[in-house]
Amino acid sequence: MTDTATIVPPASTAATPLPPLAEAPPAAETKPESNSIFRHARYVMAENPVTGLAFVLFALIAVLALIGPYIVPHDPLASDTAVSLQAPTWEHWFGTDQLGRDIFSRVVVATRLDFIIAISSVALVFVLGGFAGIAAGFFGGWTDRLVSRLADTIMAFPLFVLAMGIVAALGNTVTNIVIATAIINFPLYVRVARAEANVRREAGFVQAARLSGNGDFRILLAHILPNIMPIMMVQISLTMGYAILNAAGLSFIGLGVKPPTPEWGIMVAEGAANIISGEWWIALFPGAALMIAVFTFNLLGDGLRDLVDPQRRT
Amino acid sequence: MLQAPLPPADAGTALPLLEVRDLTVEFATRRGVVRAVEKINISLAKGETLGIVGESGSGKSVTSYAVMRILDRAGSIAEGSVMFSNLDLRSAPESDMRDLRGREMSMIFQSPRLALNPIRKIGHQIEDVLLQHAQVDRAAVTDKAIEVLDSVRIAQPRERYHAYPFELSGGMCQRVVIALALACRPQLLIADEPTTGLDVTTQKAVMDLVVELTRERGMSTILITHDLGLAAAYCDRVVVMQKGHVVETAMSETIFKQPAHAYTRKLMRATPRPGIGLRDLLPEEDAARAGPVGNKPIAAGAAPLLKIENLVKEYPRKGVTTSLKKMFGTTPVPESDVFRAVDGISFEIARGESVGLVGESGCGKSTTSMMLMRLIDKTSGTITFGGEDIGAIPAKSFATLPQRKRIQMVFQDPTDSLNPRFTAARAIADPLMRLGDIPRGELRAKCEELATQVGLPLQFLDRFPHQLSGGQKARVGIARAIALKPDLIILDEPTAALDVSVQAVVLNLLQDLKDSLGMSYLFVSHDLNVVRLLCDRVIVMKTGKIVEQGPTKRVMDSPQADYTRDLLAAIPHPPI
Repeated sequence: MTDTATIVPPASTAATPLPPLAEAPPAAETKPESNSIFRHARYVMAENPVTGLAFVLFALIAVLALIGPYIVPHDPLASDTAVSLQAPTWEHWFGTDQLGRDIFSRVVVATRLDFIIAISSVALVFVLGGFAGIAAGFFGGWTDRLVSRLADTIMAFPLFVLAMGIVAALGNTVTNIVIATAIINFPLYVRVARAEANVRREAGFVQAARLSGNGDFRILLAHILPNIMPIMMVQISLTMGYAILNAAGLSFIGLGVKPPTPEWGIMVAEGAANIISGEWWIALFPGAALMIAVFTFNLLGDGLRDLVDPQRRT
Repeated sequence: MLQAPLPPADAGTALPLLEVRDLTVEFATRRGVVRAVEKINISLAKGETLGIVGESGSGKSVTSYAVMRILDRAGSIAEGSVMFSNLDLRSAPESDMRDLRGREMSMIFQSPRLALNPIRKIGHQIEDVLLQHAQVDRAAVTDKAIEVLDSVRIAQPRERYHAYPFELSGGMCQRVVIALALACRPQLLIADEPTTGLDVTTQKAVMDLVVELTRERGMSTILITHDLGLAAAYCDRVVVMQKGHVVETAMSETIFKQPAHAYTRKLMRATPRPGIGLRDLLPEEDAARAGPVGNKPIAAGAAPLLKIENLVKEYPRKGVTTSLKKMFGTTPVPESDVFRAVDGISFEIARGESVGLVGESGCGKSTTSMMLMRLIDKTSGTITFGGEDIGAIPAKSFATLPQRKRIQMVFQDPTDSLNPRFTAARAIADPLMRLGDIPRGELRAKCEELATQVGLPLQFLDRFPHQLSGGQKARVGIARAIALKPDLIILDEPTAALDVSVQAVVLNLLQDLKDSLGMSYLFVSHDLNVVRLLCDRVIVMKTGKIVEQGPTKRVMDSPQADYTRDLLAAIPHPPI
């Protein structure tokens, strides 16, 4: 691409950034870095408006997770039997449950817990599964056999039952939900990372890195990992949704977060019995929150891939 | 089906078979509308062979896609008309076009392997085309397919009918693609770089076949190529394109003798051919500025920089029997289960010498260079470099040793060999950071010095590979290779992916760098014309063995081995 009309300066994608420029590049070429990322983001959103929607929803979820507990109109744990089982009103937007707790407040406050579970389990599995997968794809041989068979073994279980078993065995805590969710997602990360690293093992730039004196581990971390980040980003986003669903599912069947902690899964479980008697709002609103969160993370994957891929930045 | 069959073209009426008038093709891109082709006029008579020549980005492929109406979604014909006999291709409905393609006009694509369905027998693929256009009824289709395979000179067509594309060589695959294109006896054949990626002897066989078949059937052919020599050797007329415009149209005999347009002259100058020097490739004014090629005499009697003796690389043949035998361990693996990629070769490279390693694909030249590079381990033999047996060091641990600095490489594909996530500066700095003893603060200055040395403008240092052109990427690759001031650089077809004018500049750059830095080159290539320009000595390899080696001039002018003669004869000779 020889046209010099607009030059996008490198964004913060290089693994190890070079020391700052010795001299400023020619004036025509300078563009503030943030501006270029912003412009690129705007382009990606304009090209696919659904991505824009996903980012807005994601921002909303993140903000609620951050400040939710401080802005809710009612104490999520305070019960007031005088107003139990009320349909949505101006006072209680989403209605109240059997104990008269405000469902709107509980749905908002629960965002933080579900968000934390999703993020920490995905971070855990990204580090473990991602690195195991890259190593398996790059080194092949015994590393590959060990990692791949481990992943196959996990895949052989019905995954939700496996998660149930792990939480039941380790104990009913948030930490254990995170660990269980990470374990059942492990094979997905291993397989994606392994396949991507395997393709790049023989690439010219990897050979060139060897000639430049890079050892195997440096090639793995500085050369191959940044190149497979786009696809890993998609994976991260997809499993975020899955992790939230999984955590809610565990809570729904009573393994996981304990009442009265506000959590979407428990709230759906508590409301499920009341649907028949006509109090639909108790289960509907936390269920809808759950659905929107999963939906957002799934859509986000495509947008993230476009954002982090340097090829799309021309 | 078409309502009216195309009328037979009489010799009397000089109605061209294909008439492209004022064609403009536009692509909607992120930066707005880009005109890939602008107001071009091309006409093709019946039975004529027309070459469209141009460098990458000249719009030559886009023109042919527009004629076939297979532009991708972003592209559209903005202006002009395309008349095929008396049919307006621009406004013809898609159903008519579908019927025309393959029956009246067909295309041969660049990569034969990609053009064939990998999981379908080639015979069935040919039958598909025949049945699609109702050329033959179902009962006779197998015989017809075999007949078609036979017509493209595929030996034992009855057996090959059942072959899958992966079982055939590149040249054979291209023959099958030609068979597919010609199965319905179309009137127009468009060949888009049909021989790129094929060996020079295969190229000759394929081009001879295309020309012979189209001539005997009275077909018209458009040959799209970047190789002016190839076009002039096989075409009646040549159209030269540059940046979406036709700059010159001439008969091929005259275009080499009296090129009218400056761009054609530049292109012609840049095409390597016998009897010229390296500087002759550059445009006149640059050649004058560059000065003569420095020819330092190589010190006789001095110890060679690199000495290779009886180098062998064996690979196990993969097969069920081998692994079963290994598993049970009953019999040792027999000799025949081992494939010798490199079969006992010996040669030397002196300090400051450049040696060409020539051969066709599969001859073992890449395996040899990988072994010298210490990227893979040898099976037996010795590699002595500067008096030290580096062949004994395992490839695994070689990467971080100080010896790594002294042997570097320039890769064949400048795109593939640059990390897409590294800027040019980062790519050049990589060897310096790992093996050079340069403080981090001075890295940038060193990168700029190297960039200046290879003629890469400094503002490109902060771009990513996909923002650079092919020539710029090649310069980055060269800067990275010379960063550590190595004694030996292995050049693995460094110009194979470049346009001829860029190739000319890069070859001259390599020569200048060698003169100023005193390095030795091992130039791995299949292009004898290029080797002739750059190398002092040539080694010709075939099936893992050296068939001939000697001074370039001697080998090129009076080759001793039959194989060398075949290679030289297969180079397309434009009528000069």
